[in-house]
Amino acid sequence: MSEPTSREQTPLWEVFVRARRGLSHTHVGSLHAPDAELALRNARDLYTRRQEGVSIWVVPAGAITASSPDEKDAFFDPAADKVYRHPTFYEVPDGVAHL
Amino acid sequence: MYGNDFSAPADAADDTPGGGLLGEVEAAEAELRAAAARERRGGPAPDEDLAAYFDDVVGAEQKIEPRDWMPEAYRRTLIRQIAQHAHSEIIGMQPEGNWISRAPSLKRKAILLAKVQDEAGHGLYLYAAAETLGISRDELVQLLLDGRQKYSSIFNYPTLGWADVGAIGWLVDGAAIVNQVPLCRCSYGPYARAMIRVCKEESFHQRQGYEILHTLAHGTPAQKAMAQDAVDRWWYPSLAMFGPPDGDSTHSAQSMAWKIKRFSNDDLRQRFVDMCVGQAEVLGLRIPDEDLRWNEERQAYDYTQPDYDELMRVISGNGPCNRERMAHRRAAHADGAWVREAAAAYAAKRTEQKEKVAA
Amino acid sequence: MNGPFDFTLGLGDDALVAAQRLAEWTTRAPEMEEDIALANIALDQLGAARLLLTYAGELEGAGRDEDALAYLRDDREFRNALLVELPNGDFAVTMAKLFFLAAYQLPLYSALAGCADERLAAIGAKARKESAYHLDHGALWVKRLGDGTEESHRRMQSAVDEVWPYTHELFAADPAAPVDPATLRPAFDDTVGSVLAEATLTKPEGPWAPAGGRTGVHTEHLSYLLAEMQVLHRAHPGARW
Repeated sequence: MSEPTSREQTPLWEVFVRARRGLSHTHVGSLHAPDAELALRNARDLYTRRQEGVSIWVVPAGAITASSPDEKDAFFDPAADKVYRHPTFYEVPDGVAHL
Repeated sequence: MYGNDFSAPADAADDTPGGGLLGEVEAAEAELRAAAARERRGGPAPDEDLAAYFDDVVGAEQKIEPRDWMPEAYRRTLIRQIAQHAHSEIIGMQPEGNWISRAPSLKRKAILLAKVQDEAGHGLYLYAAAETLGISRDELVQLLLDGRQKYSSIFNYPTLGWADVGAIGWLVDGAAIVNQVPLCRCSYGPYARAMIRVCKEESFHQRQGYEILHTLAHGTPAQKAMAQDAVDRWWYPSLAMFGPPDGDSTHSAQSMAWKIKRFSNDDLRQRFVDMCVGQAEVLGLRIPDEDLRWNEERQAYDYTQPDYDELMRVISGNGPCNRERMAHRRAAHADGAWVREAAAAYAAKRTEQKEKVAA
Repeated sequence: MNGPFDFTLGLGDDALVAAQRLAEWTTRAPEMEEDIALANIALDQLGAARLLLTYAGELEGAGRDEDALAYLRDDREFRNALLVELPNGDFAVTMAKLFFLAAYQLPLYSALAGCADERLAAIGAKARKESAYHLDHGALWVKRLGDGTEESHRRMQSAVDEVWPYTHELFAADPAAPVDPATLRPAFDDTVGSVLAEATLTKPEGPWAPAGGRTGVHTEHLSYLLAEMQVLHRAHPGARW
C-alpha cells in the first residue's frame, strides 16, 4: 500500500442524529475522520456533548449526491457537486442550552 | 459529567449576562424557520440574471445556501470571516487552557475543562461551515499556521491569574456574544445555523466567567484584588475586539449590504459598554475608565476608546503572546502528524482487506 | 490496604490523577476531534473522582470534602496507583496508559456496581458505562497505532513496554476490600491479550513490577503534578472559589 502523505485530506463525514425516540435522524453537521469507526466516536463527542442524541449515523460525504436548487446545472460553477459544499447545520437539535 | 453544578448568583439574576441576548438567538432561530417556511422560489428562472437573483434572495431575508450562485467576493469574504472565527475558537483555547491544571477547586476545574472543550467544538462547527464554501479544513488550518489568516487579537494577551479566567468569561465571551448574536441572522445559511448553535452553548461560558468574578469579588481582600486586576487588564482589549472605529473599517459597508454583518463596530461596542456597566456594579468591581458616565441625551454611556494603535500592533503580530500562541499551535500540529498518518494508513489497510474479501 | 475508606480513596485518587494528566492534552492533541475526545475522558475521570473523594471524606468522618482531599494532601498521602501519575509522553504512551487503566477500571466498576455498599454500587454503575467508552477509545487507538505505519508501530510497542510493568500494582490482592482487585486480573488479561494481538503488538514479559502507590510511596512525578494542581488553592487558605 502507499504511504499517505500529510497533504492528503482526512475524509469528510456527514453526521445525522436522532434526538429522541420517535424522531427521524436529522443532519447536524460534518466532521473529519480517517475511518467510519473513528467518525462515529468523533460524532458522539462533537455533536452529542450535551446529550442531544440517542442514535448517530455517519455517512462519507463523498457518498452523497446533491441536487441543484432548480436542476439547471449550467447555472452552477463546475465545483458545484463537490462534497464539501454539502450544507451543514440543517437543524439545530433541541435542548442544546441545557448542560 | 460536565460540571453543570453551578448557578448564577441570586442577587445578580436580572443582570446575569447573556439573558436578553439568548432571547435574540432564539428569535433569530425562529426567523430562520419562518424565512424557510415562506420561501417562494427554488432557483433562478432560466433567463434571470444571477446577481439579481442573489440580491433578491438576500433582500427577502432568505438564506443563501451552499449550492446557490453567489458573487465571488461574497464567497471570499465569508470564507475569510468564518475561518478567522474558527481559528479564534481554536487559538482561544490556549489562554484559558493555561489554568485548567491549577483551577482552585474540582468543580471549577470541571467547568473550565468543559468550556475549553466547547471551544474546540465551536471551532469544528465553524470549519465545517467554511468548508461548504468550497475550501477544505486542511487548507484553512495551513493558512492559520502560515500566518496568512488571523484570529481574534484578544487571545494574544496572557492569563496571569485565576481571575483572568473569570474576566475572559465575562468580558471576552461577553463581547464575542454581542458580536456573534447578529451573525445568527447572517444571510449565509450554514454560518447562521452554526452561530445559533455556538451562541446557545456560549451563554454558559459567559455565566461561568461572571460567577467566578462574583465569587472572587465577594471573597477575601486578596481575591477581590485579583478580580479587579484582571478586569483592569482585560477591559480595553475587550473593547478593541469590536474592531477599528467605523470610519477606519474597510470591509463593513459591503458586508452590511450582503447581510453578513448587521451592525457597525461602534454600535456593537456601545451596546457592550452599556451592558457591562450594570453588571460591574453587581460584581462590585470598577471599570477602569474615569470618563465613563451616562449621557442622558444619547441614552448611552460615554466611554474612553481603546488604544487602536495597540490593537494594530497586536494584529500585526507584536502582542505579548502572538509568537507563543502560534508556536504552540504549530507544535501540536507537527507533533500529531505521525498519529494522523498512522490512522490514515490503518484505514487504507482495512479498505484494502475489505476489497480483497469482496473480490 | 484495609477498609472502605482506603479503598475508596485509592480509586478516587486514580481517577483524579488520571484526569489531571489527560487534561494536560487540551490544545495539544494530534487532531482537533481528539482534543475533544480526551477532554471528555478527563471530564469523566474528574466526575468519578469527585464522587469517590466526597464519599471517602464521609467514610472518614473528619469533615474533609472533595477539595480538602484533593488540594490539601501531600504526595505521601495520595493512594493512586503509579500508572496514572506517569508523565503523558507521546500520544502512544498516553493511549497505553488509558487503555490499561480502562481495562482495569471497567471490570472494577462493574464489580463495584454489584457490591453491598450502596454508595459505591451507585458510583460503579455510573462509572462503568464511562469506562466502557474509555476502553473502546484506548483500544481503538492502540490498534491504529500498532497496525498503522512503521513509526507508529515502533512508538506503540515502546509505549506498551514502558507502561506495562506498572499494571501489576493494580491487581495487588486485598481480600478485605469491597472488590478484591486480584479478582479482576483475568478480565484484564483477556481484554489486553486480544487487543494487543489485533494491534500486532507483543505483550511484554519480565519480572519488574513497580508498586507503592497504594501505600503512598510514589514516583518522583507525583509531587510535581500535585504542586501544580494545588498551588493556587493552597495560596489562599480557607478561601471560597
